Amino acid sequence: MSDKSHDPNQMTGAAMIVRALIDHGVTDIFGYPGGAVLPIYDEIFQQSEVQHILVRHEQGAGHAAEGYARSTGKPGVALVTSGPGATNMVTPLTDALMDSIPLVCISGQVPTHLIGNDAFQECDTVGITRPCTKHNWLVRDVNDLAKVLHEAFYVATSGRPGPVLVDVPKDVQFATGTYHPPRKSDVHRSYAPRVKGDATQIRKAVSLLANAKRPVIYSGGGVINSGREATKMLRELVEVTGFPITSTLMGLGAYPASGKNWLGMLGMHGTYEANMTMHDCDVMLCVGARFDDRITGRVDAFSPGSKKIHIDIDPSSINKNIRVDVPIIGDCGNVLGDILQVFKAEAKKPDIKSWWQQIAQWRARNSLYYKKSNDVILPQHAIQALFEQTRGKDTYITTEVGQHQMWAAQFYGFEDPHRWMTSGGLGTMGYGLPAAVGVQVAHPDSLVIDIAGDASVQMTMQEMSTAVQYELPIKIFILNNQYMGMVRQWQQLLHGNRLSHSYSEALPDFVKLAEAYGAVGLQVHKPADLDGAIKEMISVKRPVLFDCRVAALENCFPMIPSGKAHNEMLLPEQANDEATAKAFAGGKALV
Amino acid sequence: MNQPASAYFIEDRHDPNETHTLAVLVQNEPGVLARVIGLFSGRGYNIESLTVSETEAQKHLSRITIVTTGTPMVIAQIKNQLDRMIPVYQVVDMTQTKRSIERELAMVKVRGQGEHRVEALRLADAFRARVIDATTESFVFEITGNTDKINQYIDLMRPLGLVEVSRTGVAAIGRGPEGM
Ligand SMILES: Cc1ncc(C[n+]2csc(CCOP(=O)(O)OP(=O)(O)O)c2C)c(N)n1
Ligand SMILES: [Mg+2]
Repeated sequence: MSDKSHDPNQMTGAAMIVRALIDHGVTDIFGYPGGAVLPIYDEIFQQSEVQHILVRHEQGAGHAAEGYARSTGKPGVALVTSGPGATNMVTPLTDALMDSIPLVCISGQVPTHLIGNDAFQECDTVGITRPCTKHNWLVRDVNDLAKVLHEAFYVATSGRPGPVLVDVPKDVQFATGTYHPPRKSDVHRSYAPRVKGDATQIRKAVSLLANAKRPVIYSGGGVINSGREATKMLRELVEVTGFPITSTLMGLGAYPASGKNWLGMLGMHGTYEANMTMHDCDVMLCVGARFDDRITGRVDAFSPGSKKIHIDIDPSSINKNIRVDVPIIGDCGNVLGDILQVFKAEAKKPDIKSWWQQIAQWRARNSLYYKKSNDVILPQHAIQALFEQTRGKDTYITTEVGQHQMWAAQFYGFEDPHRWMTSGGLGTMGYGLPAAVGVQVAHPDSLVIDIAGDASVQMTMQEMSTAVQYELPIKIFILNNQYMGMVRQWQQLLHGNRLSHSYSEALPDFVKLAEAYGAVGLQVHKPADLDGAIKEMISVKRPVLFDCRVAALENCFPMIPSGKAHNEMLLPEQANDEATAKAFAGGKALV
Repeated sequence: MNQPASAYFIEDRHDPNETHTLAVLVQNEPGVLARVIGLFSGRGYNIESLTVSETEAQKHLSRITIVTTGTPMVIAQIKNQLDRMIPVYQVVDMTQTKRSIERELAMVKVRGQGEHRVEALRLADAFRARVIDATTESFVFEITGNTDKINQYIDLMRPLGLVEVSRTGVAAIGRGPEGM
């Protein structure tokens, strides 16, 4: 028998955790210590391969890990203590589940013998996080820990990515057991996501595409999650077919905004041309998107005359909201590659000139029109100015949630994938600032900007302290309208302009707040000063809070009032009081 | 339909509901049943009946049989949502395959005397229910069969002094030589 004390795979549970992180190529994690994770923190202290970023609130760790993941394509890792540490992770876990972001969360738990005893800082972490993770585990035996950790990384990153959580009781962290490096058998035999699309379905799809008169490609976050290859294939498909392409909020950047076939984003606040093209098309190719309710508008009037092809790695996304004609289950990149191959071999570019002429007419409506002013900064103008000043730079954009988020999606042109991090599915205010922290950790030399709202940014403002500590020069570009603008907009359109609790009363002085954190504060009121101030923000190599005072009562248009179809959009020039009242009349429904 | 002031489009769905029996083969590990039940409650699906037991101890396999109702689109969703759970090996729609046998076991306690007692025994015989406990004023019957048969039996026992019913829920298996 070999002497166990010399076996390098004999180690404590806490050491296994750090070892597994290293074995999975993790270089940065986000966390917050507490009693139930102290053994792990002790291991972290004694090594230098994994850098730990200390956040100021566990929610910040979760969103930072999400930002890290989305900007790199690698899993994000968060480490939290039991009880309140774990419950504070619920929002980011849910956020990551909704947006299919690979996240590995390791939580401490009270010692095994105390579980169920209402021990200090005990909570049923696996119970609480079961519906907000792709999968989770409670590890009761140190000899199971290596297998579970490896499986956790595999589940988070394969198939449709998502968050996972591994709950490790403190006694398991202290106990010594046998570690093994990742191996195939670490994974549930019951888990085998399908990657390759069915060949017959792919032929059917190609034949629909080749004979289309009024086609559209509708792409989503799945293309970005699938990786660079999927983006490449998507771009090539657009090139080879000459089809128009639109995308969801999550999918921006897969096809470049400067590309000639780009229609802009679709959905509730999408462009007129994108929504009309969706409504009137005869063949729709949906790639890695899920016909979410913000996209479809009224389901029974959604693109009534089209044959629909749907590529998704998750079979449960198929026929969930909208019945499709040709479902293809598989990885977007893989399936697009196959479609391209068959298309190139057997089809030629369909003649869709008259379709493009029709689209040009819709485009001419200029649905993103807004009226600039010399006195007050229009929020749309602020985003455009930011875009112009950062064009061609190595830039990453995150957002909070609200009007500013929609304006960012409408007016900032994304040329590449992984550059745009926004909370789409859950719509989490407070996402953008910590997400920017995570992105900046992954890309220390890039320009990372959180396009924020005055209300949202206060939800996770404490992470400014993290940014200052780690010298992360994130830029928080606040479109300060002194309102929860999106809420105010709904109240105006839907609730008789009774602005119940949507005014940002007692806003902090953001410049002083920045200084209090040891960051840089900038404020601008006048359109004429905007460009200069943005330049200054970019040139400062420190974290910046940029208080951009914008028109308070601007509304976000165009929009599809809910209960309405894509061809019943409300355009900005029509959005006077009378037309708005009419659009929302009777039904009284907005979104 | 008149839309209320809502953040969502509220729609009437008129597709008729169907009842399906699903057999779900899962890894028998802590929390697996909670996952399955959580999926149903979390997504608002119905559970009419649920049975679960380990079926292959060496392989740690359990079989969950669920009877559920929903529109065809919802039933398809349920199957897909179950199938994507990590510890789920296989989901078989026993109703769709049409070649399956469904059985339930019920224990039925009836209390009565005289004519009622005789009648209860006569009906038990007709339904092939067995007496598994008896006192001078009560019986416990054991009956197996499909859900309809058991419902029918219980209805008949009601006027004869039905006291209590315990049912296992539905178990189902495919006909013929092939496994699932
Ligand atoms: C955590 C959370 N709480 C509440 C909401 C609902 N909500 C959506 S947008 C919004 C207002 C956001 O205001 P602000 O950040 O100032 O952005 P603006 O719309 O003014 O651009 C609110 C309260 C939410 N999305 N997230
Ligand atoms: Mg605001």
